[in-house]
Parts: sequence; structure tokens; C-alpha cells
Amino acid sequence: MTNTSKKQFQISDLFRSQLMIPVIAILILTIFNLIIGPSFFNIRLDHNNLGNAVLSGNLITILDNGSELAILAIGMTLVTAASGGQDISVGATIAIAGSAILKILCGSDPHPETMQAPIIAAFFVGVIAAMLCGAFNGILVAYFRIQPMVATLILFTAGRSIAAWINNNELPIIKDAEFGYFGGFIPGIAVPTPFLIAVVCVAIIFLVMKFTNLGLYTQSVGINENAARLIGLNPVLIKFLTFVILGVCVAVCGLIKVSRISSINYSVIAKDIEMDAILAVALGGNALSGGKFNMAASILGAYVIQYLTTTLYRMKVPADALPAYKAVVVIVLVVLSAPTVREFFSKMGRKTRSSRREAA
Amino acid sequence: MKEHAVLEMKNIHKSFPGVRALQAVDFCLCEGEIHALMGENGAGKSTLIKVITGVYEKDEGEVYLAGHQGPVAIHSPQDAQRLGISTVYQEITLCPNLSVAENMFIGRGQGAGLNWKKMNADTDRILQSLDIPAKAAQQLGSCSLAVQQMIAIARAVDMECKVLILDEPTSSLDEQEVQKLFRLMRDLKQKGVGIIFVTHFLDQVYEVCDKITVLRDGKLVGEYAIKDLPRVQLVAKMLGKEMDDLSDIKGENGSSDASSAENVYEAEGLQSNAGIKPFNFHIRKGEVNGFTGLLGSGRSECVRAIFGADRVLRGKVKKNGKEVKIHKPIDAMKNGIAYLPEDRKRDGIIGDLSVRENIILALQNLKGFFKPFSKAQTYRFAEEYIRLLDIKTASADTPIKSLSGGNQQKVIVARWLLANPDYLILDEPTRGIDVGTKVDIQKLVLKLASEGKSVTFISSETDEMLRTCSRLVVMRDRQVVGELSGEDLTQNKIMSTIAGGEAKS
Repeated sequence: MTNTSKKQFQISDLFRSQLMIPVIAILILTIFNLIIGPSFFNIRLDHNNLGNAVLSGNLITILDNGSELAILAIGMTLVTAASGGQDISVGATIAIAGSAILKILCGSDPHPETMQAPIIAAFFVGVIAAMLCGAFNGILVAYFRIQPMVATLILFTAGRSIAAWINNNELPIIKDAEFGYFGGFIPGIAVPTPFLIAVVCVAIIFLVMKFTNLGLYTQSVGINENAARLIGLNPVLIKFLTFVILGVCVAVCGLIKVSRISSINYSVIAKDIEMDAILAVALGGNALSGGKFNMAASILGAYVIQYLTTTLYRMKVPADALPAYKAVVVIVLVVLSAPTVREFFSKMGRKTRSSRREAA
Repeated sequence: MKEHAVLEMKNIHKSFPGVRALQAVDFCLCEGEIHALMGENGAGKSTLIKVITGVYEKDEGEVYLAGHQGPVAIHSPQDAQRLGISTVYQEITLCPNLSVAENMFIGRGQGAGLNWKKMNADTDRILQSLDIPAKAAQQLGSCSLAVQQMIAIARAVDMECKVLILDEPTSSLDEQEVQKLFRLMRDLKQKGVGIIFVTHFLDQVYEVCDKITVLRDGKLVGEYAIKDLPRVQLVAKMLGKEMDDLSDIKGENGSSDASSAENVYEAEGLQSNAGIKPFNFHIRKGEVNGFTGLLGSGRSECVRAIFGADRVLRGKVKKNGKEVKIHKPIDAMKNGIAYLPEDRKRDGIIGDLSVRENIILALQNLKGFFKPFSKAQTYRFAEEYIRLLDIKTASADTPIKSLSGGNQQKVIVARWLLANPDYLILDEPTRGIDVGTKVDIQKLVLKLASEGKSVTFISSETDEMLRTCSRLVVMRDRQVVGELSGEDLTQNKIMSTIAGGEAKS
């Protein structure tokens, strides 16, 4: 008896928990796909064109393609929490970071036979470039108190031109297979590398949250900046930091994106990803006005978006029509996550529980 | 209606959910009179003003205006303006990027065809007649604040107002500008305009006003001619204490032997950007002292300057005899100073965070970004202080915003006690909380002092200050005007010092 009542308590807890929305979304999508045909979930061990044994299947596609979004969601969650606004320049700054990485790898010749610098050095430069972009946004938002969306509109507009300018508007192409590992597979490992990178990023952010006060401080600043200042925090510095951290996330995404095609298309790379990143934060049940956040929910939210996309592709929805279908599903999810609706479900949960107890 | 009255209000009631803001208030304004409306914050001044100007609808009562038969109905600010009631607010509500003439005539619907020449000529004529040093074609933003304020008044006067309401018009003006404004007010008075003047500055009331109406807790205390109401009496009426029954309070104040102890904190010529005059201040080990004065007298600004909460402009500060620099709250915290802010909601609680997180925040921040407490440790801290201060909360994980005001305040007190400072500043720790908690907090203050901590205590309730403090710094109009201790710590003495001017020493 005690055992079951404990279990029921946890279920109604879940209704109130932020994780509810992404978890329920995943359940619904899974059930839907099972009904359409369980073959969706098949995972095969294939050989890719390099002759490596790799996993393939829809689930692997989701984990692979959702990775950039999951990594971005980490930084976007922190920015949202501390500043109460969003960074809409991440797509454009991914282009900048990617372009910088390619520039270092190519050197003076846009189509070199071999890479002109170690990948780690190129990545390092990409990180610096993206952190500078983040710092630029951060200074505008934290110090000059410009609304985040307005401040980041600058790089949103200019970013892709800057990215093209870094490589003199040429299309650099890397021929080394080694560079493709980051967006594909490392020989001998059957799991897509982007997913592994995402796992590392998630592990790092959870360690950082555990061993520093990043979470507590960003939430405090986001909830009540005045009070945060009077307990000795520096709200300007903390907001600034979240933008710089988002910059690091952007650089990692940039590396994966350019590695996927071993090149770059300035106007298409990571297009509209900023909206998906913001959506991931919202699907995680985090208030876009800042304050309390749940990092795990945001990351799950990112994979929900990719799950949805893959499901729609499976339904043979043409690529042009995809956003419209996506929008419908998003509306349903966001309404479900509205506090009033959640409270309603949580009340229903309590009611059924107590009526069951009465029956017993 | 009384003879010469331009505005008369009878038996005005106004309630908000949970608050009776005005109860049976009468008010009468005569032609050519400057009438001060006085009261502490929350006394109902602004509610009454808003009823007159149609921002709020009264629940009960009648308003009469000269030249109108029977009671008039004022449902909106437009109604009030049409009836000849104009208001000039503390913040200037004109457009700084338009010309003076445009500001004078904006929104007064002269039809489509604007005659710029006539508008400018009219404006110059009005400005001249009121002796306002500005030109019609000048951009408003290029005038000084006082002149802008006067133009706002000129605009109101030109709309043929019979009742002019000035809501704290002097708070952003300097001494000379105030004088200019007063000259204009006297001119208007000569012209027969009735003026309602709301201010916190006692000196100004006695300089220009003819009558004073005092409100307290939403009720009318009385209407007095200025010559019949000495300052001390006015302060007594605002605070709700009669001079006679005040002398007996002097209570259980045990910490008078602290006078020999060394200074824990010492400030010389300290000034912040919050508009207070430089002040000197010190506190000894184990001493409880306080800042007193009316609201807006600068007492909060003083302690904020000590804590570095406002930008410190100048001043020498010594902590335990050593000279230190305190520019930011964290500097003060590292020097063992804690500050419980006046506005709990705005500056104190972090609403969505749990009681536990709110308690540990200050100590956690002192410990450092890279050294978070273990979760178990934070629970131990939180539970210890929940028990110690008897904080009523469902659990340590309850969001602080769902607690009652008094318990929220205890959480903030717990936050600072946990940080273990040797000097605590408590700004209005007992405001808006129930009596039981008030007593708890007063007892706690005395207990801390007996443990050798120093406390600066601010409260709007003088009784409370007298019960807890052994020395009081008295403030008026943003400067320190006196210091009382020992025998001098009586209600009468405090009031006469606050009132200044005619105070007998």
C-alpha cells in the first residue's frame, strides 16, 4: 500500500514538473510512430561509404541531427534565465565560427590538398570568434541594457556577411576525411560523433552546475536583479558570462555544421536555428521571461523538435510544408505547458488519486 | 458650499481590496489659497488626489465645485480637466523634444488649422505674465527642470483652471528653483487660483502654505490654519502621537554601557548619488542605534550609502579602525556588514527561489562562485534557521513568494544572520508584518547586541526605535540634523528635532 501511494505521488509530481512537456511529447510521438508502423524504430548496422560499421535508422538520425540544437539549448537556457531575453544571432554566429574554422584549416588556398593547421587550433580560433560575438551581445545587453532581441539583431543581420567576408566570399572545401569525423563518424565508433559531442557538452554543463554556483546566480539575477545586487552579486557580469557561454556552444555547433559538409554555405548554414533553440527552451517549460530554469528539460526539448521533424519527414511531408506542420504541433505543446493547463492536469491527478483512495 | 470655496469634498470613502484607503474624509479648498496636504506614505494623500482628478472613482461621498449646482461627477482625468482641475506631477509629463509653445497647446484640440504665429504669441504672453524665463520657440528640453515644471504649471493655468494640484513638484529642484516656483505659486494665488500642495518638506509647507490638512491611515486628522499648528504639532499629528502621552515609553534599553567600546564602523563625510548631504556616522561594538526622520528624509539613503547599495561619491570609511573602501555591496559584505533592505519585495526576496536558496545566498556568495555548498549542507543551514527564527513554511523547498510577509522577512533576516556579520543594518524590518513577528524581530536585535554585534535599526514607528536603540540620528530634508541619546531619547525630543526650526534644545 505504501509503495503504490508513493508511486502515485510521483506521477502527480511529474505533472507539475517542468520535464512533463518534453517527456509527454516524446511519448505521444512514439505512440504515433508505433501506430503508423514500428519499423520507424529499426536500427541497423550498416557500412558507410568509408567502409566503417555505423548505426543507422530514424532514432539515430534524431540523435545525430538534434545534437547541434541540444548544444545551443544549453547556452540559450542560461541567456534566457539571466537576461529574460533571447539571443537571435546564434545562426549567424555559427556561420562566423564555422567560417573562421575553415579559414584556419585552409590557409591561403580555399581548396587545399591537406589541412594547413591542426583541427584543434582551428576550433580554438572558432571558439574565440564565437565568444567575441557573445561578448559583443553580452556587453550590449548587460552593460548598455539593450533588450536582448534588439541587441542580437545586429549580429543576426550582419553575421552571415561577416562569415562570408572571413573567407573572401570563397567556398573553402576540406578534402581530408579526418575533418568529416566531427559531423559524421569516427572510424571504429558506430555512434554518430555529433551525438557524442552533445553528450560531452551536456556532461560538462551538468558538472559546471554541480561544482559552481552558475545555476543559482543566473536564476537569482533573472528573478530579481535588485535583490541579487544587494547580496553582492554582479548582475552585469553574470548576464555577460551567459552570453559568452552561449558563444562557446555556438562554436561547437559551428564545428559540427562545417564538418558535416566539409565546407560552408554562408546563407544556409544553421538557418533558422535560433528559433528552434528558443523553442527548445520554451518546450522545456522554461519561462522566456527569465528566472528559474531546468536545463535537462531544455535539452530534451531540443531532441523533441528533431523527433518531430524526423516523424514529419517519415510521413512524407514535403520539406516546404514542414514548418506549417511543425507549427501546429508546437501550438499544442505550448498550450499544454501553459501554467493554467498544467494546474488543471495536476488537480485532475490529485482528484483521481483521492477518489481511488476513498474507494480503497 | 462654504463661502469662497472652489472645491469641497464631503465624506469621501475609497476602498481597495483589503485596504480602506480613505474613510469619511472631508476637504475644502478656498479661492486664492495654498493648501498643504500632509501625511506619511500610505496616509491616503495620493488616493485623495486621484479621486479629485478622476483617476479613481470614489465609493461614497460628494464633490462640489464653485459655479456648479449640486455635486459634480468626475469619472476621468478629462472630466477633471474640463471642470477646471489641473494637476502637475512630480515627474514632468511634457514632451522635451517639442517647443515650449507646442507643449503649451498639445492635446488641446484647436481644430485642424493651427495658427503657429498666434500660438507662439499667446505662449509668449502667458510666459511673460507669469514671469517664466522661457521663449515660445525654444525646445522644452533646453530649459532647466524648474522652468519645465513652471511651464507645466503655466499650461495648467492657461486651461483656465480653478484648482491646481501640485504633487511633490519640488523634489527634483534645487533651492533657487524652489524659490522661483514659490513666486509663481504666490502669483497664482493672487489671481484667485486654489492650490493643493503635496510635499514631504516641512520647511516648504511653512514657507508658502495658508492651511494644512493632515491625513493619517486614510482618515482625516484635521484642517488647520498654518499659524495655529506649530511644526512639532504637525509632526505629532502625522505620526499619530499626542505630545502629552509620549513621555513614559523609555523602556528596557540595556545596552548603554556600550559607550566605552571601540567603533566597529566609522564614516566621515559619506555621500552617495541618492541626493543626501554628506554625513558622519559611527557605531560601537554591541550598540544598537538608528536613523529616524520622516519618510523621504534620507534615512534609507544613508544606510544604503554605508552598504554601498547606491553609488558612493565621497567619504572616508573605517571598519574596526582600519580604513576600507566600500563601493559595492560585496565590499561591505566582505567587511562584515549586512543590509536588510527597506522594500522587501523589490530588493530583498528572490521570489521564485526556495526558502533554502534564499537563506544561503549571501553566505554562498561570500564563499565563492567555485565553492557551492553541498545540498545536504544547505538543508542543514535552512532547517537550522527555520527553527531558530520560527519561520512558518511548508518546507525548506517552498518558494519564498508563497510565504506571508512576516515570514519572508524572517527568511531575509536568516540570510544575513547566516552570513555572520558583525554589523547589521535593518531598514524597516518590521514594516507590513504582524505584531508577533515585530516583537520577535525587536527581541532578536537586542539579543544580537548582547552578543557583541552592532545593529543599525530603522523604523517608521518611533516606539520601536525607542525600545531598541540607545542612540538615534535624526534626519530632515536629506541631511542629518541631530543626534539623540540617553535622557534625550523621548518621543517629544525626537519630534521637535525632526520638526526643526522652532525646536527647543
